[in-house]
Amino acid sequence: MVPFKILKAQAAPINQDNIDTDQILPARFLMMPRDQRYGTYLFQDLREDNNGLKTPDFFLNQKKFAEAQIIVAGRNFGCGSSREGAVFTLIDSGFRSVIAPSFGDIFYNNSFNNGLLPIVLPETLVKKLQQFLINEAATEITIDLETQQVFCKATSWVKFDIDPHRRERLLKGLDMIDYTQQFREAINRYENNHLVDKKWL
Amino acid sequence: MTKPKTLLDRIWERHEITINRAGQSLLFIDRHFCHELSFHAFNMLEKRKMRVRHPSRTIAVADHYTPTTGEKASDFKSSDRFKLYNTLKKNALKHDLDFLGLGDQRRGIIHVIGPEQGFSLPGTTIVCGDSHTATHGALGALAFGIGASDVSHVLATQTLWQPKPKKMRVILKGSRPPYVSAKDIILSIIRHIGAAGGTGQVIEYAGPIISGLSIEERLTICNMSIEAGARAGMIAPDETTYKWIEGRPHAPKNDNWKEALSAWTQLKTDEGAVFDKEYEIDGQLITPMVTWGTSPEDALPITGHVPDPYEETNIEKRANLRKKLDYMGLKPGTSLEEITVDSVFIGSCTNSRIEDLREAAAVAKGRAACVRAIVVPGSGLIKKQAENEGLDRIFIEAGFDWRPAAGCSMCVGVNGDLVSPKERCVSTSNRNFRGRQGPEARTHLTGPAMAAAAAVTGKLTDVRSLQRN
Repeated sequence: MVPFKILKAQAAPINQDNIDTDQILPARFLMMPRDQRYGTYLFQDLREDNNGLKTPDFFLNQKKFAEAQIIVAGRNFGCGSSREGAVFTLIDSGFRSVIAPSFGDIFYNNSFNNGLLPIVLPETLVKKLQQFLINEAATEITIDLETQQVFCKATSWVKFDIDPHRRERLLKGLDMIDYTQQFREAINRYENNHLVDKKWL
Repeated sequence: MTKPKTLLDRIWERHEITINRAGQSLLFIDRHFCHELSFHAFNMLEKRKMRVRHPSRTIAVADHYTPTTGEKASDFKSSDRFKLYNTLKKNALKHDLDFLGLGDQRRGIIHVIGPEQGFSLPGTTIVCGDSHTATHGALGALAFGIGASDVSHVLATQTLWQPKPKKMRVILKGSRPPYVSAKDIILSIIRHIGAAGGTGQVIEYAGPIISGLSIEERLTICNMSIEAGARAGMIAPDETTYKWIEGRPHAPKNDNWKEALSAWTQLKTDEGAVFDKEYEIDGQLITPMVTWGTSPEDALPITGHVPDPYEETNIEKRANLRKKLDYMGLKPGTSLEEITVDSVFIGSCTNSRIEDLREAAAVAKGRAACVRAIVVPGSGLIKKQAENEGLDRIFIEAGFDWRPAAGCSMCVGVNGDLVSPKERCVSTSNRNFRGRQGPEARTHLTGPAMAAAAAVTGKLTDVRSLQRN
């Protein structure tokens, strides 16, 4: 996993609540092996209508946001299914962070396993960021994970909260199975103490 | 005096192996389910040359991509789907996992067969690479969905790192009015707290209405906890639970049963235990519900009307409401009961159990479907039971398409059971997301009786206006 430290990149707004994982990556693409290009199908049904025509008002179809690596979204981004494909498709399309007032829990968890940083900011700030992205020609946002801050011209530096364990995982590009192996003794002990006498389990 | 504890606290502390410096808990996972899309996780394991740590704690079940028209290889709608099925089978064999495949009566939707087989038990931790794992919480378990990387972590270590979730309680007071189903209850709750209302929380459902529900109904309620944004939903086990579990194939037997029972009776929330959020809902006010939009929170009593964007003062919300109505092909202000439908789907991990089929059959009996209506049982055993009770005959005589093989089917459509573009489908599943049942599909969620009512009238229908046969 690629570690995440500082990201200075173009950002794009999606000012809609409840962008679910079926919209991020429709279910019909889920049987693809991981080495196929998941990025090809990001927001497939929002980007194109059923006749294959591009929808002009969707941000990915706008020249201005073509290089975006950050999404600034509405409430409950990534709600719905547990498909990690929703994170694969964002990462494969070059996105490294999503900023939103809240996230679907499973999507949020999955992000950290793939080097995608989900940032929770208050809704008023998110709206301000979105307005900035829509109104200004330059749409750069800087994210510093080490100091837990987001910067753009409209907001200056804003602090964000993140669980220290998850922050460390991203900063170091930590692999979770390797990490858990360090606790092998504790796991063995638990299994010996708790499972041996509970045959019903 | 010890601090009063919640049901969640009790399950959590019994599974906490250790806590790291950042305050995350390493939880032991008692039960795990795999399905066709678990291939990512098996590949991750393969790359490390690792084995499954506790094969007896995982069951592999084919449900997402399997055909509903039959149990043979030739029933699959495409060869890549059959290949995915075979990959699961191969991985299960390789890692010594119990595999429920084609032709096995025990096979069905994971969230139906886990409880049915007695594999999902009170007080356990249960995970699966599927968001509707919350279903199993109905038995008093902590059950939640995870992504592929976490699935590989569970296969390799039988553990997961988790931050302790916040605690929410939803209390349903009063009594349940006639014709109000478990689906109506959960849709009302989601409408009330919102699709993000439960974010970062585990919901405990409690109160007299919940205690009076059957296990099938409780499974429906917990199933949709994720649609309120919650990590999990749970209901404290009681006599109804124990009675339902006893004798099931994987349920504890003899001395183990006695031991299990004494552990399970401690699984409750103490009086005075503190929740981060609490809601009280008056059950008397719940009526048959239907969704009109593209989020499960877009639910209304069937007697309601399609919302009007002009009545929305917030500009952004107004624009989004327009988008929803445009997608759904609905005119503002239309009476919900005037909306004509094209098809009906009765099935999914939300509503495909025997009680659901009985409810739908009671409405279908002696009537005739006037739109395409398919019924997909949740498991091979449910199918058999329904056929023993003659429910299949009722459906077939009423012109419903009774499917002979269980699976997720038209809830997510990946097996090829799809809703066509712009087709309006009344569905007993859990999600009305854009494109969920197929590109441009229009979904209205209801309970099974309401779905059957829509099938025989051709429009959204208040089931209370139809007489039961």
